[in-house]
This record gives sequence, C-alpha cells and structure tokens, in this order.
Amino acid sequence: MATFLGINLFGLFGQLLVGLINGSFYALLSLGLAIIFGLLKIINFAQGAMYMLGAFAAWMALNYFGINYWAALVIVPLVVGFVGILMERFLIRPIANEDHLYSLLLTFGVAMILQGLFTHLYGSSGMSYTIPDSLRGGTKLPFMYLPDYRLWIICASVVVCGLTWWMIEKTKLGAYLRAGTENPQLMQAFGINVPLIVTLTFGFGVGLAGLAGVMAAPIYSVSPDMGSNILIVVFAIVVIGGMGSIGGAILTGLGMGVIEGLTKYFYPEASNTVIFLVMVVVLLVKPAGLFGKEA
Amino acid sequence: MMKVNKLYVALLVLAVVAPFFLYPVFLAKLLCFALFACAFNLMLGYVGLLSFGHAAFLGTGGYITGWLMMNSGMTPELAIILGTVAAGALGAVFGKLSVKREGIYFAMVTLALAQLVFFIYLQAPFTGGEDGMQGVPRGNLFGFIDLSDNMNMYYFVLAVFLIGFWVIHRTIHSPFGQVLKAIRENEARAVSLGYNVNDYKWVAFTISAALAGLAGSTKTLVFQLASLTDVHWHMSGEVVLMTLVGGVGTILGPVVGAGVIVTMQNYLSGGELGNYVHIIMGFIFVICVLAFRSGIVGELQKMWKRNFG
Repeated sequence: MATFLGINLFGLFGQLLVGLINGSFYALLSLGLAIIFGLLKIINFAQGAMYMLGAFAAWMALNYFGINYWAALVIVPLVVGFVGILMERFLIRPIANEDHLYSLLLTFGVAMILQGLFTHLYGSSGMSYTIPDSLRGGTKLPFMYLPDYRLWIICASVVVCGLTWWMIEKTKLGAYLRAGTENPQLMQAFGINVPLIVTLTFGFGVGLAGLAGVMAAPIYSVSPDMGSNILIVVFAIVVIGGMGSIGGAILTGLGMGVIEGLTKYFYPEASNTVIFLVMVVVLLVKPAGLFGKEA
Repeated sequence: MMKVNKLYVALLVLAVVAPFFLYPVFLAKLLCFALFACAFNLMLGYVGLLSFGHAAFLGTGGYITGWLMMNSGMTPELAIILGTVAAGALGAVFGKLSVKREGIYFAMVTLALAQLVFFIYLQAPFTGGEDGMQGVPRGNLFGFIDLSDNMNMYYFVLAVFLIGFWVIHRTIHSPFGQVLKAIRENEARAVSLGYNVNDYKWVAFTISAALAGLAGSTKTLVFQLASLTDVHWHMSGEVVLMTLVGGVGTILGPVVGAGVIVTMQNYLSGGELGNYVHIIMGFIFVICVLAFRSGIVGELQKMWKRNFG
C-alpha cells in the first residue's frame, strides 16, 4: 500500500475525489441560489426539491420513456427550469412586493409538497440509476482508480459553472442581469422587460439544480429526501461564501466539498458537521462571508 | 382592555375543563406545541427575525430532561428547569452567531446551526441515536404528585404553559419588548436612538430558545420519549407553519395555529390520508402565504376592528 508520512494515499485520494464530486454539486446548487438571489433577493428553499425533481425526472425518463442519460441531460434541466418559471410566474410574483420572508416560506411550502409527493409515489428508500455505458470505465492512476463517470461530473460541473460565470460577467445578457440586480427601476425605464428577465433568471437558476439532479442520479440513490439533505449544507456554504459574487459561490462550493472529503479521511466522525463548523468560524471572523459585501 | 381580559378568563376556564371531555395527553401535546409556537413567535412576530432552527431548542430541552429523569433520580420540575436552562444556553450561543446576519441569512444560519445540532445528537451516545430515548419516567412532581396519572400531567403542563405564556406576555409588554418592536419596524432608527440592536435581538433569541426548550422538556415527560424527530428541520418548519396559520405577531395566534396543525396531524395520521400529511402541510404553507398572511387570529382582529372598532 502506498503511504507517505504514514498517510494512506489510496484512502486520501479516494476521499479527495468524493469531496470534489460533492463539491461539484454544492457549486452547481449554490450558483443557482446566488443567481436567483441576485435578482429576486429571495432564497429558493425549493432548490433542493428541484434537484431531487431533476434526479427523478431522469429516472422516469429512462424507465418510462427510454430516454437515455445524454438526452436527459438536455431535456430534464429544461423541464425543471420550466417548472421554476411557472412557480415564479404564478406563486412568487404575486407576493413580490411583500416581505421577502414570505416568498422564502412559499418556496419552503413548495419543497414540502414536492418531497411529500415523491415520498408518496416512490417511497423513501430510493432507487438506482445505471451509469451510461460510455462512462462505465475508469483510469488507473498511480495512487487511485479514477472512474470515468466521476471524472465526467467534475469536468461537466466546472465547465457549466465557468460558462455561467462567463455569461454573467462578460456578456451583454449578463450585463442586463447585473444591472437588474443593481437597479431594476432604472432598467425598466430604459425599456428592458425586467419581469421577463426575472422569470427567466429564476428558471435558469432552478434549471441548474435540475441539471445537478440528472448528474447526481447515477452516483447517489434517487430518493425524495436527497434534496433537503444537500440543501441545508448548501445554505451553510452560501453563508460561508456570501452572496456577493458568482465566482465566490462556485469556489466556496468546490472548496467546501474538498474540506468535507479531507475530514472524512482524517476525522470521519466530524464529516457531517465540518461545513457547519466552518460556517460558525466564518460568522465569528467575517460575518458577511468570504466573498460577501457588507450590507 | 377589559374584553381581552374576559377572553383570557374564558380560555383559561376552557383549558381547565377540557380534559374532562377530551383525551388529556392530546391536550397536553397541544399545549406543549402551543408554547413552542409562542416562543418562536417572539422572534418572528416581535423582532421580525425568522428562525429556521427552533427544533434544536425543543430537542435539546427534551433530551436533557429525558436524560436527567432516566439517570439522575431528579424530580421532574428540576429536570425541566435544567432542560430549559440548557436550551437557553444553546440559544445564547446560536443567538450570538446568528444575529450578526439579517433576514434570509438569519433563516439560513439558524437552519444550518440546527442541522449541526441534529448531527451531534444523531452521533452522541446518550441520545440513543435513531431509536431515541424511550421509557422516560414521568416521576413525582415536587416528590409527591404522581405524574403518571394523565390528569395530573395535564394540569402540570397547563401550569407550565401558563408560566411560559406569562413570560412572553411580560416580555412583549415591557420596555424591552417595545424596543424589540421598534427594531422590527425600523432597525436603522432604533440604532440611531442609541440602542444596541444586536444585544436586544440576542436576549430575545435566548428567551425564545429557553421557552422552546421548556416546551420540549415538558413534551418529553408527556410522551416519555425524546427522539430525533424533535430536532429535525421538519419540526422547525412545522412551528413556522403553526405561527403562520394562527397569525404572526399576535399573542394568541401561535396557540390557535398549534391547535389547528396538531389536531390536523392527529386526525390525518389515523386515517388513510396519513401519507399526505406533508403534502397537505405544504399546500397550507403556500395558501397561507399567498392569500392568508395575517393568519386566523390576525384576520379575526381585522374583522373585529372593522365591525366594532
């Protein structure tokens, strides 16, 4: 067994890989939350439920309609994003002028309905989704075995996050989005359809969660509570990173995944709690979050 | 405010005679959740901060009281006091951290901290993990009142509830409570008047947590059980729903809301709709937020003002 300074390198790299995978999902989910927060100033409590919906939609697409993984990767985020658009248009917009805590409670209610519905339909034990044939192999590296599917998840997540960052920070569409974040009234006065941008942004943010769900289906068990479990961790990550920047959300997500993976190796008892503990430390040292602007 | 006093007297009479008509354990459960919701409402209704982590305090009170009753031979009132103090201490720590952030961040911070507590209780040996603490003895109140009698237990819970309710009532109507309301209405102004806003929020949070712990401690005695259900984020969501249904920021709203939700859960869990409890609760959330934001008591107050005010 390869060891270095008494550390089992196989185990260490294995957990690092698991950490990076988890981090990829944290990054996608917190990115979606940050985009929605930027424009609507609300936290979507249903983001976890949308991730769960994405995983179930991929599972249903394969088992009921024979739609394969690659097609699901395109179709499911669109479907989930559309659900998000309906939700924004018919549930969130009517109370947009009320205290933002109400829209938070509303999305919490939607999350409860979705989770309850899928628990009722499919039970709480969870189902498996087979890894697509083309990604079933793996590569043997000096210190570890790297399955193709895991490599694919990390790459896909980094590419999607990077593209989203580029789109928001460097394109004209992104400029509209950022302007809408700064001053929606002025944007409206310039003749830009702000409500449409808000709806599409919400749909996009939710669609990212749907995409994460499809990607997660083959490696985690597809179960109704997969969304709520990950969402609370993502909330802690959002508090750690602060909602100030898109790049910050991505980096914090990946970074926290790695920290979690390392904890799993060095002190497994704390692996469930380490991210929350980091949040406590950040709140003590820099309450606005690592990348946050002081409100 | 004669009318309000008459209302309170009528409700008290109702609470005293109720166990002769309804199952006392059910009523005791109702009062425990009513106290829990009132404690939560102190934060949301009077400080304007939505805590999504109050289950941590309910559960902490329950576990500490349960452990003391099983292992220390203490009388129940002491075990409850210590459970309340433990929850209050946890609340002081949480409060110190969470009042640094506002609005939705506050909700996320409290939710995450409560999840931290959930995982600790899941792994800690003394809680019994997934099985929970079962067969907690009710003991003899002050050493001579046998609480294993359901009627005795109910009246003890009623007394605990009244004490908790009185503390909340006093807090709200004290100068301290007025400052809390000022913070809720216009925080910047409260700051400019020289109030240390974060300290006020912190103290309110600690009181709220301690009372939630009191509710949890008492609930453990009633059911002779302390389990992870009480620490789960579902529980934090339920107390938000109770308060919302009853009326945020009204003193009786949480009591009414707790009554509605607990009764509904009891009714549904027996019938064939049991599987739908969470779906139905989710719908109630959505409907309340969209069309019924004042809650039952809030709407009644509005009607009262329109017709008699």
